[in-house]
Amino acid sequence: MDVIQLLTLAGVVVLVPTALAVYIIGLEYVVRLLPDAAQPRVRPWIWVTPALVFVALFLVYPTLGTIQISLLDRAGNFVGLANYATVFNDSGVIIAIRNNFLYWLVLYTVFVLVFGVLLAVLADRVRYETLLKSLIFMPMAISFVALGVIWKFMYSYQPADAPQTGTMNALVTTLFHAQPVTWLQDRAIDNPALIATAIWGFTGFAMVILSAALKGIPGDLLEAARVDGAGELTIFRRVILPLLMPTITVVGTTLVIFALKAFDIVYVMTGGNYDTDVLANRMYLELTKFNQPGRAGAVATILLLAVIPVLIFNLRQLRAVESRR
Amino acid sequence: MTVASERMAVPAGKAAQSTPQWLAGRLGGLALHVALISITVAWVVPTAGLFVSSFRDLNAITTSGWWTALAPPFKFTIDNYQHVLERNNLGTSFVNSFMIAIPATIIPATLAAFAAYAFTWMKFWGRDWLFLALVGLLVVPLQATFIPLLKLFTSLGLTGTFPAIWLAHTGYGLPFAIYLLSNFFRALPSDLFESAEIDGAGTLTVFFRIVLPLSVPAIASLVIFQFLWVWNDLLVALIYLGGSPDVSPLTVTVANLVNSLGQGYQWLTAAAFLSMIVPLVVFFSLQRYFVRGILAGSVKG
Repeated sequence: MDVIQLLTLAGVVVLVPTALAVYIIGLEYVVRLLPDAAQPRVRPWIWVTPALVFVALFLVYPTLGTIQISLLDRAGNFVGLANYATVFNDSGVIIAIRNNFLYWLVLYTVFVLVFGVLLAVLADRVRYETLLKSLIFMPMAISFVALGVIWKFMYSYQPADAPQTGTMNALVTTLFHAQPVTWLQDRAIDNPALIATAIWGFTGFAMVILSAALKGIPGDLLEAARVDGAGELTIFRRVILPLLMPTITVVGTTLVIFALKAFDIVYVMTGGNYDTDVLANRMYLELTKFNQPGRAGAVATILLLAVIPVLIFNLRQLRAVESRR
Repeated sequence: MTVASERMAVPAGKAAQSTPQWLAGRLGGLALHVALISITVAWVVPTAGLFVSSFRDLNAITTSGWWTALAPPFKFTIDNYQHVLERNNLGTSFVNSFMIAIPATIIPATLAAFAAYAFTWMKFWGRDWLFLALVGLLVVPLQATFIPLLKLFTSLGLTGTFPAIWLAHTGYGLPFAIYLLSNFFRALPSDLFESAEIDGAGTLTVFFRIVLPLSVPAIASLVIFQFLWVWNDLLVALIYLGGSPDVSPLTVTVANLVNSLGQGYQWLTAAAFLSMIVPLVVFFSLQRYFVRGILAGSVKG
């Protein structure tokens, strides 16, 4: 079994790039047979077509297909917006929408950005900056599944008379002499508890990108402000923050996309129970557990509509960059 | 680093003139260090706690906190690791994760290199619009593709097999891969191409002899980024592989363990840690490239 797998792997790894190279080289020789004027018109398509076929087949076609499916019932009959009506009347979906837009989109995005900016600016002033950034960035490398497991342990609960095994409850009981908290079951605290996990995972991402942008601010500029007698806080508010704003916006859009698509952390830590459901998990359940492709398609289409503002923003950004070029 | 210390030097130099200001500066510096070090500790503790727990037996894990294991008597065991490797399919999943992630990295990287070259150094009808469409596709939620693709794979008999997930990840990864490589290729000096053309070098020579060798750092960033992305993916694997243990990657197996083991989860610690080994090794040894990939993905846009 292992030998067969190894051979398959080696075969794919060698064969696919070779086949693509043969395709490119072979067709290049064919193109050279064409009249000189036609060559530059044909050649680019040889290079882009394989990639475009993949993108069309695995992204564009299924996305349009999903919108179509959201308008059909299980037998494939057109039912208009009936699936959307069902979905919006489902209290579970309403809770998922609340969680995605209130907790994830707002709380998570704002906290990651605030922590990211603060850490980038503060770490810039110490000598162990590289080590510090590595350690805080580390959660970005591991899977959200592992992240969820790590925090499930942090949040683990034992009755008040037993010794606490979870770090969070140990802190709550010893530092604050309070009752241990069921972090992942208590409806008042479970969503923030999940968000805290995601913040822990993503702060490093925001910090690293913002830190790179911060290094790009000319030292002279800050120097000049200091010579003029500006305090560090004023410099931060009046010089650093405005200069970081474009980067903060870009990081923010990435976070917003992640917030809308959040799935793994919820799936692993609560399974969407106790009012912690999110749209992506809802869609997964409708598709796999309830076998309701129409409703799953409706939820997926809602997600798709929710990213459109970000999409338009990104395209505008790209246009602005292109015009400066 | 030097910039940072120079910036620090200014307030310190000024503060030397009067004692209270000097003291305030020192206290501020101390507060900064205390804050930063405690934040870093807070960031390391969760992972460290899981790591320590993974070497403790069930009884110890359920009756005392992981921090108690740091004081003597030291009672550590590798039973959890042995158990998950032998009984919970972790060994198979480990192989599966490689089986999924390596082709799902190499195929899109190759396709993207060809496409990005055409997008940056060739002129053709509709080029800018196509590139704009690719950037738009960067944000499309994968959820919006699952149902039709699942139908397609099922009709081809591919559901639950590796080729299905290789194909899916290739399609999903391509917009970002093309975007990242295009940004890099575009930054190459145009003199390079002009002089090569004057020397009579054809498209193939320019690509294979000039562009590719110069782009090794960008390609490395892309490969690392895509590899970790696929390695860490849960949702795509759940959808197209369907959770059968023979083909499940580590993420799916660990997520299933979370649900099946409930509270008795001493094995989960070891399983989670096994799933983190490869990303951590890649991250700490190739951090430079990984960070560059992430920067290319967001700052340049």
